[in-house]
Amino acid sequence: MAQVAAPANVKRAAKKNQDVSQVSQFTLMRRRFMQSKLSVAGGILLILMYLMAIFAPFLGPYPYDLIDSNFQWAAPTPIHFEGLRPSICGLTQTTDPATFSFVYTTDCTKLTPINFFVHGASYRLLYFFTSDIHLFGIESTTDQKLFIWGADRQGRDLFTRVLIGARVSLSVGLVGVALATILGSILGTASGYFGGAIDNVMQRVIELIQSVPTLPLYATIAAALPHDMPVVQRFFLITIVLSLVSWTGLARQVRGKVMSYRAADYTSAARIAGGSHQRIIMTHMMPNALSHIIVVAALAVPGTILGETGLSFLGLGMLPPAVSWGVLLRDAQQVQVVTTYPWLMIPAVAVILAVVCFQLLGDGLRDAVDPYG
Amino acid sequence: MLNYIVRRLLYMVVTLFFVSILSFILIELPPGSYLDTEISRLQSVGGNLSVQAIQDLRARYGVDDPLPLKYWKWISGVVHGDFGESFEYKVPVGSLIWDRLAFSLALSFSSIIFSWLISIPIGVYSATHRYTIPDYIITLIQFIGVAIPEFLIALVLMVVASRTFHQDVGGLFSQRFNDAPWSVGKFIDFLKHAWIPIVVISLGSTAWLTRVMRANLLDVLNAQYVQTARAKGLKEGVVIWKHAVRNALHPLIMAAGGILPALISGEVIVSIVLNLPTTGPLFINALIKQDMYLAVTFLMFLSIMLVVGNLLADLALAWVDPRIRLE
Repeated sequence: MAQVAAPANVKRAAKKNQDVSQVSQFTLMRRRFMQSKLSVAGGILLILMYLMAIFAPFLGPYPYDLIDSNFQWAAPTPIHFEGLRPSICGLTQTTDPATFSFVYTTDCTKLTPINFFVHGASYRLLYFFTSDIHLFGIESTTDQKLFIWGADRQGRDLFTRVLIGARVSLSVGLVGVALATILGSILGTASGYFGGAIDNVMQRVIELIQSVPTLPLYATIAAALPHDMPVVQRFFLITIVLSLVSWTGLARQVRGKVMSYRAADYTSAARIAGGSHQRIIMTHMMPNALSHIIVVAALAVPGTILGETGLSFLGLGMLPPAVSWGVLLRDAQQVQVVTTYPWLMIPAVAVILAVVCFQLLGDGLRDAVDPYG
Repeated sequence: MLNYIVRRLLYMVVTLFFVSILSFILIELPPGSYLDTEISRLQSVGGNLSVQAIQDLRARYGVDDPLPLKYWKWISGVVHGDFGESFEYKVPVGSLIWDRLAFSLALSFSSIIFSWLISIPIGVYSATHRYTIPDYIITLIQFIGVAIPEFLIALVLMVVASRTFHQDVGGLFSQRFNDAPWSVGKFIDFLKHAWIPIVVISLGSTAWLTRVMRANLLDVLNAQYVQTARAKGLKEGVVIWKHAVRNALHPLIMAAGGILPALISGEVIVSIVLNLPTTGPLFINALIKQDMYLAVTFLMFLSIMLVVGNLLADLALAWVDPRIRLE
């Protein structure tokens, strides 16, 4: 009998899906997730951004709070290549006698080379290591400075500040959503599982919170925080504020899922077999709802990041001397300032990049959670 | 139907009652009050302020009253249209808010209309041309549009507008029309200024609605009645616009209720950047200055906008989709 050889790609596809019934669900999910290239790219970019935030003092050439009145509003330093060696032109600051604004004149006859792994200000990394080596920079013997993304009103290096700001901005999303997830899953499970009066009260509370517009509600709660508190304490209070509002959406989703599981046969079987409520919730409800919870949580992170940015932008979130992307963008509040010093908008690019990456990641996770579809 | 509306309205009043309690408590939370700032200001300009005078001031503004009593005083005034007095401006809150609320409402409403006008045709195009290059580009723009916070778009647009077009941006009117009575000239001037905030506020929701529209239409295009319409030889345009799009619109109306909070929040923050005479700047300022009656009234009205908007969305949905029974 003649056999028709199947085309190679059909064969591979068949082979790939042959073991669907044999491999674990996790493997299937991973496989599905890897299929969406955009989500993988988003995930990798996010890991890079978090790494950059952790190693910020090493990557940035100067301490983030180093004030230098010789470089107020300094534009990003143009980089010249001398052969293969990057270097910067000399820059001198003069004051325009007519407008009293700073004028910078570049002098490209004397170039200062950019070195890698230079010694600079010492810093602490991960609370243990102390070092003074920076990835790049120029010798501290010259009076020149390297600002690849320009400097702010007080001559602080914007590049380092964006990296340091990422610590607050990127962790506010994770911590805030973690709090909201814990709150939302407990309340949502209770609401969906027990139903009745508990459910009724919970749903009315959620409706109440949701009938106040989000940003004004954030702002109102944040305005209640005293202004003079340590940075760390304020950070946690702001995350609590953000999660106090965002748990409602999550609780609704979990409730819906749990309600559908409650009616399932295996739940009835578990109850007839004498399982306690605790056991049914922990071994039947939670694992089932978990993947869904993770997806909803991942999709809630961008909202929380934007919430912090918006609040800090309005002066109600993190306050200087703390650094976050929202705090940095506060400098860019006036149009005149942004038109004159457009590099102050760089933190905005960071915000957008982080939010887009989280959305792509969340989208990929949502598709991966149901790998049988 | 009437029964349903009445029930929803009653329910709305109850919700708003609780919202008022919630916002009142939230705004009372910060320690101190506007009066403390006021007293220290009076002391700094006018030297000594006698203990008796301070007592009188405190009694007049009722700062030492227990919270429930304060709330009762305020809410019983609200029922009669008296929202209390602004500490900062020394005028009744009612005289400060109406203009601003009207502008906020106008901006939010225009933004909804604008985002619908843009998102429906783009969504339809995107769905009917699935997996083509324009579709990919639209999808990418949607992703970015959802990700960019409104105030950033506002900043960027303002920079672009003032740099390239040398247009006077910010505010809703030019200098000379600011205090002028309404006229044709003023209205044209208003339109010239209003397009930036409308575009900015609606951008995020436009991006989102386009996605919803695309997904809905893709679902509907697989339905059998679409196949039937094609089979009986209707023109493709008629099939899409008369048979498919009409049925794909329902979830879009449902989504209109969902984008309201985003629109209202967006309006608040955008108007601060663009310096518009709407609720946003005054509300945030009132929060920071602890001008509590002003802040709580704004919060209440923003919530009313949201709740009423949701009700309207539900009613509109019932009106266009006879399958929905409002009981």
